[in-house]
Amino acid sequence: MRGIDLEVDTGEVFALLGPNGAGKTTTVEILEGHRKRTSGEVSVLGHDPGRNERAFKERIGIVLQETGVERFLTVAEAIDLFRSYYPKPRPVDEVIEVVGLKEKRDTRVLKLSGGQQRRLDVAIGLAGDPELLFLDEPTTGFDPSARRAAWTMIENLKSLGKTVFLTTHYMDEAQRLADEVAIIVGGKIVAQGSPSSLSARGEFPTKITFIRTGAHVPDIPGVKVDGDHVEFETTDAVRDLNRLTAWAADTGDPLTGLQVGPPTLEDIYLELTTKADMS
Amino acid sequence: MSTAVLTLRQFRYNNKAFWRNPAAAFFTFAFPIMFLVIFNALFGNAEFFVPGIAAFGIVSACYTNIAITVTVLREEGVLKRVRGTPLPPSSYLIGRVLHAIFLAYVLVAIIALFGAVFYDVDLPTSTLAPFILSIAVEAASFCALGLAMTSLIPNTDAAPAIVNALVIPTAFISDVWAPYANAPPWLQAIADFLPMKHAVDTMKCSFLPGECASAYQWFDLGIVVAWGVFGLAAAVLRFRWEPRR
Repeated sequence: MRGIDLEVDTGEVFALLGPNGAGKTTTVEILEGHRKRTSGEVSVLGHDPGRNERAFKERIGIVLQETGVERFLTVAEAIDLFRSYYPKPRPVDEVIEVVGLKEKRDTRVLKLSGGQQRRLDVAIGLAGDPELLFLDEPTTGFDPSARRAAWTMIENLKSLGKTVFLTTHYMDEAQRLADEVAIIVGGKIVAQGSPSSLSARGEFPTKITFIRTGAHVPDIPGVKVDGDHVEFETTDAVRDLNRLTAWAADTGDPLTGLQVGPPTLEDIYLELTTKADMS
Repeated sequence: MSTAVLTLRQFRYNNKAFWRNPAAAFFTFAFPIMFLVIFNALFGNAEFFVPGIAAFGIVSACYTNIAITVTVLREEGVLKRVRGTPLPPSSYLIGRVLHAIFLAYVLVAIIALFGAVFYDVDLPTSTLAPFILSIAVEAASFCALGLAMTSLIPNTDAAPAIVNALVIPTAFISDVWAPYANAPPWLQAIADFLPMKHAVDTMKCSFLPGECASAYQWFDLGIVVAWGVFGLAAAVLRFRWEPRR
């Protein structure tokens, strides 16, 4: 880590986004108290996580990236065991309901699929009714339908008023779930804000694409042509759209599939991560 | 939740998980009994084998069981998860150790009953107090050594091999399967230094009180406790909660 500044508000879903090896897990483990920081100040719910206080652990829930449960217990037994460590736990069946494992209630952990085990991880993280839940890459390795189910689950947590600190390397996950996103590369935060405010940042160009009909190419700087796919980026969308429509009227190109869009979180992410790699 | 209730619940779930794991239940329980049957069939000296294998049972239920299961729990990330909860990590390990001590009592009782029913070896009824005390002291000490061992075991696959590589040869020189009296002096010296022979001696004095001055073998128990204290210190200094990756 090379010095980062983060602030997370109560009740928000905060996503720490970055490529593998960027420092996401290191950051989250310092916040959880699993790892000691070498310098700097950290306050989580008013506690210093480095001091390993019981009162702090009672208020948080942790879902680690790679973690296990006693394989020979059932789903309900594993949750019941972990909830007994907390002063005000949630009822077992309520937690099972939240993560959608009702049918697997009395199944042994070793018979669960990967996605079901991950949901059990979250269930155990919720068993103590935490105010703040850490989710370290909760959907890595999920198939698309399992990811969508997990997203619904995280949205449910938010509606319960929980603060969620999420790490992910999926852009769409951060865009869909997070109120606030920080992008971390090489141990440094390179951008931070709401997904929409990040997209609206002026330094990111607007992207314009369409499918051309004839062989003509519009005379606009930076135009890239790949077969009949035409694409360019501009920081002055009004001027360049004007040029484009003038060109279309001249050549009779219908501008099939014309798209004018703000950069997606993915574009920003790629831009920032390649920049950081080069510096 | 009070500490007592918490410990009890931990114990109950440890116990459930143990008996549902066929490998753990088989190797811990069936192994010593299998040795008892085979050695009696081969050599027919039950008064020698019952106390020795009872001591071996304590080692199996505590040292072997704790060293292997705690390594597996560490490598699977269970220990790391527990450390992220309000449960004091020491309470978690104490729960494990209490369960292993319970297993040691059950196993010794089975071996003693087996010896009484099939081989006419008297139950240690006249020496019950020193018998129960010796088991408790030895079980706790071998659990501490088991916890210390986990820091030397790199991964789950290596666990049974490393643990047994120490236990099996030690059993051969410790009067468990073969008479200690037949061993050359240098092997006897090694056996005297290690704790297993001393555990065997206390069991012999409990099962065969006529052969010892007293069933309370304070010197033998002292050596076992010294190893237990050493194991505890090593465990406190070197114990790892996180998988090695």
